[in-house]
Amino acid sequence: MTQVVVIDYGMGNLHSVSKAIQAVSSSESIVISSSTDVIKAADKLVFPGVGAIKDCMEAFSVDLRETVLEEIDKKPTLAICVGMQMLLESSEENGGIDGLDILDGKVTKIKASKEVKVPHMGWNEVKFLKEHLLLKNIPDSSFFYFVHSYCCLSSKDALTETIHGERFVSCIAKDNIFAVQFHPEKSQGMGLELYKNFLNWNI
Amino acid sequence: MTLAKRIIPCLDVDKGRVVKGVNFLNIRDAGDPIEIAKRYDDEGADEITMLDITASHETRDTTYKTVESIASQVFIPLTVGGGVRKIEDIKKLLRSGADKVSINTAAVENPDFVKEAADKFGSQCIVVAVDAKLKEDSSSSWEVVTYGGRNRTGIDVLEWTQKVADSGAGEILLTSMDRDGTKEGFDNKLVFKVSSSIDIPVIASGGVGNLQHLIDGIRQGGAEAVLAASIFHFSEFTIQEAKEAMKASGIVVRS
Repeated sequence: MTQVVVIDYGMGNLHSVSKAIQAVSSSESIVISSSTDVIKAADKLVFPGVGAIKDCMEAFSVDLRETVLEEIDKKPTLAICVGMQMLLESSEENGGIDGLDILDGKVTKIKASKEVKVPHMGWNEVKFLKEHLLLKNIPDSSFFYFVHSYCCLSSKDALTETIHGERFVSCIAKDNIFAVQFHPEKSQGMGLELYKNFLNWNI
Repeated sequence: MTLAKRIIPCLDVDKGRVVKGVNFLNIRDAGDPIEIAKRYDDEGADEITMLDITASHETRDTTYKTVESIASQVFIPLTVGGGVRKIEDIKKLLRSGADKVSINTAAVENPDFVKEAADKFGSQCIVVAVDAKLKEDSSSSWEVVTYGGRNRTGIDVLEWTQKVADSGAGEILLTSMDRDGTKEGFDNKLVFKVSSSIDIPVIASGGVGNLQHLIDGIRQGGAEAVLAASIFHFSEFTIQEAKEAMKASGIVVRS
C-alpha cells in the first residue's frame, strides 16, 4: 500500500491537509509524522508550512532536516505555502533568512497598497505556463485559495503564475518536487483534483 | 487575472445548533451546522464563518466538535469566532480545524492580545471582528461597541482598525451594528472609510437584505469580501445567484 507521509515539524494545520488527501484517496495510507523512520519508509511526501518562515525553519530539528533533505531528493513531494517558500534560496521575511535552497527563486514581501491588500487572501487565478501531470483535469486559470504575505517573483522552474499587484510564481515543478503557494486543501474541487493527481503521480 | 471578491455565509451557532432560523430545502436537519456548511460549500461559498454565540463556557467542547466535523467535510476556509479570549482558545480552534479565528471583545479589552496571537499563529489566521456604531450626534464617525452593541467603548473605529492592522491582524470583519438585522444594506460609508485607510482586507457585514447590497459593499464600500447570514439561510437567494449577480455587475468572483 502506498504510504503518503505529511511531514510534521510542529507547524501548521496538518489535519486539513491529511483530511483532504484522505477524501480523494482510494487505497493509500495517509500518515502525519515527525519520525525520521516513517519519513524514510514513505512513498510520497507532503511538506506543509504555515505562519512565519523563521518559526518554521526553527521548528525543523537538525535530525529531521537531514532526513527530509535526503528523502525530498528522491520521492514525489508536494510542498505547500510556507513549505514551498522553505525550499527556495532565501526569504526576506523575519529580517532575512536562508532557505533550504532546493528550488530556484527567492521570497520577497508582497507590496501592499490600498488596492493590493496584504495578506493576499482569497481565491485567485492560476495561469499555466507549462503542462504538468499534477494539473491534469484542472482548467487553465482555475481559482485556488491563497493566503500569504510573501511570494516568489521568479523561478526558472516556474510552472504557473498568478497576479496580485505583481505577477508571482504560484507553482514550481522540478523533477520529483511540486511546490504550490496556494492551499489545495482549501481550494475545494480544484484542490482535491490536484491531490488526486499527486496520488496518481509516479516518477 | 485578479483576486476574486469573496462571498462568506455566516452561521450563528448556539450549543452546537444553527440559530436565527434556517430554512433549506433538502436538508434533513435544518439546525445542523455541518449540513448547512456542506450546502453552502456545494453552492460555491468562498469561505464559511461560524460564530459561536453560546453564552456559557461548558459547551465549548461542542464547538470544537462542530468545527472538527465541518473541517473534515468542507474543503474551503473556515473562520470561527465567538468567545475567543485566550491564546489557548485559538490553539484549540486551529487544532480542531479552523483556518482563521476571529477575535472581538478580547481585543478591545486587551489590545496586546492581537499582537500576541498574530506573533504566535501568524497574521493569516487572525481576524479582528469590529462591531461599529455611529457616534451619538454624528453621521460620519463611528465608535467600537462590545457586548452585541450594548456597550459603547468610545474608541474611534478608524483608529482602532489601524491599530489592530499594525498589531498584525490579517483581516477585519467589520459589522455595522446600526444596520445589523435591518436588511437595509451595509453601512458603505463606514466600510469605505475603513477599507480605504488600511492595507489588510476588510469583510463587510451587517444589513444585507438583497443581492444589490452585496454588490454595493464591494463597489461603494471597497470591501474584499461580503458576509451575510439570513438572506442565505432562508433560501431567499442561493450563493450561486449572489455570484451571478456580482459577476453581471462586473465584479470578479470565483466561478
